[in-house]
Amino acid sequence: MLAVLLAVALAAPLLAPGDPLAIKGDPLVAPFVQAAHPLGTDRLGRDVLAALMHGARTTLLVAVSAAAAALGIGITVGTVAGFLGGWVDEALMRVAEAFQTVPAFLLTLALISVTGPRAATIVLGIAVGAWMQPARITRAEILSLRERDFVAAARVVGMRPLEIAFREVLPNALTPVVSLAAVIVAAAVLIEAALSFLGFGDPNLVTWGSMIAEGRTVLRRAPYLSIIPGIGLVLTVLAVHLTGRGVAAALRARRVLA
Amino acid sequence: MARPLRLVGRRLVGVVPVFMLVVVGAFLLLEAAPGDAVDAYLGGIGGGDAAQMAALRAEWGLDRGPLPRLAAYVAALLRLDLGWSTAFARPVLAVVLERLPNTLLLMGLASGLALALGSALGVVCGARPGSVRDRVLSLAAIAIYAMPGFWLGLVLIVAFSVELRWLPSGGMETVASGLRGWDRAVDVGRHMVLPVFALGLVYMALYLRLMRDGMAELWAQDFVRAARARGMGGARLVLRHVARNALLPVVTMLGLQSAAMLGGSVVIESVFAIPGLGRLAAEAVARRDTPLLLGVVLLSAVVVMTVNLVIDLAYALLDPRVGSGTGG
Repeated sequence: MLAVLLAVALAAPLLAPGDPLAIKGDPLVAPFVQAAHPLGTDRLGRDVLAALMHGARTTLLVAVSAAAAALGIGITVGTVAGFLGGWVDEALMRVAEAFQTVPAFLLTLALISVTGPRAATIVLGIAVGAWMQPARITRAEILSLRERDFVAAARVVGMRPLEIAFREVLPNALTPVVSLAAVIVAAAVLIEAALSFLGFGDPNLVTWGSMIAEGRTVLRRAPYLSIIPGIGLVLTVLAVHLTGRGVAAALRARRVLA
Repeated sequence: MARPLRLVGRRLVGVVPVFMLVVVGAFLLLEAAPGDAVDAYLGGIGGGDAAQMAALRAEWGLDRGPLPRLAAYVAALLRLDLGWSTAFARPVLAVVLERLPNTLLLMGLASGLALALGSALGVVCGARPGSVRDRVLSLAAIAIYAMPGFWLGLVLIVAFSVELRWLPSGGMETVASGLRGWDRAVDVGRHMVLPVFALGLVYMALYLRLMRDGMAELWAQDFVRAARARGMGGARLVLRHVARNALLPVVTMLGLQSAAMLGGSVVIESVFAIPGLGRLAAEAVARRDTPLLLGVVLLSAVVVMTVNLVIDLAYALLDPRVGSGTGG
């Protein structure tokens, strides 16, 4: 299912050429009425299907980047904390707690208020709100792997501590983090949609959240404008969750065999 | 009774450095925002010249280095002075405290709904894992969990407010209606139904699955089989033994989700036009009122920490094993 979504997202510029924000037809045509606009048009006459597909690209791009950033930060911090231990560990975990106390959404809002609504800020904001969980899981894994033989062997050979951490221990600690990746991507999709719904998304990009927000003004006459992108969001989140579960199950099966 | 109190004391001590980190973070954001308090203040009263700006800066201590300013910021916080809101032309603390009860009401009701409905339905599913009703309910839960809160809110508005006209579509209460006492409570309640559902259904789905999965695991455990062997069956077995033990992880989740729920309230309050903290945060960003936004952030952190503390205390009281070991 995710594959279909990915394919559509990548192919968006081919399938619906031209600016999705350009006005194409009469305003407020209902879906399934005109062949030229299968999903109808919005208040200004823009094609809903084209906007939907371009929005898919934006949504996936932002969500995946944010998740990648969150994982990058989290894994690094978790590895350093788990391996070095002591006061470094304590300090880093306190920082993680501090970030966990502030609602992630508010944190992102705060960052946006400083830099203005831009896609990069949204990616950073989501990442900053989501790195704690990967950090904790990585740290737990590192702590349990740290005492094993292959680490002692690496130390004997003369590898420096951080080198050991990143080259030997880390690859083995990654398995539980992978299923977390899917969860973060799904959450990122929802956070990004909420931000653009509130009007804090990048104004130059079409996203499903902004489509829903636009549809709000004509909610009584044309509810489909808000409902259709929402269905898209639901399907995307479901697809991501299911993909994550599938990958995790496959990895577990491999671990058992190995 | 002394042990739980000692636990609370320990947790309070641990919480202080975390809060300090949040304060420092807030200060850094305040510094990073373009313009400072003097710019904002003069902008509000119609502008001033360079001499005025310099004088005000000296008076408010804004011309000193970052560390003295951080110290001043912390000192102000200890006096409960959260700064001046340019958007509302009032002290931040006043604006924030005004909106806090509405958000707490929304969050409280939504949490209650999620917990009650989620646990109840979770028990229904977990009583017979793998049954048709288990599958149907679990599927519905997964679908609901994938929905964006604001979209769910809009769908609810379309369904119940526009089409069926059962419930009002926004606001906290009917404006200028002059209702008092019980009538007013009922009016507020009617207005709260849709937002509470919009905020709470997602978490209900989460607790449902937690409860169900927890129960499904417990069925195979020895103490349950022993109870069964003794002839205990039916509802008594389900409720007293299996459900009660599956409740603990749900309660833990409740604490962890309080931060997420505060974030969710930003969107829900905007959709339903409820004057609460969440919507205040959105307004603060829109009107570039950084002190107000940070006031909301700090207050949110306090709320989250308080909720977690209360949950920890409840945990210690419920489970006698907790509290005698190290902190989390």
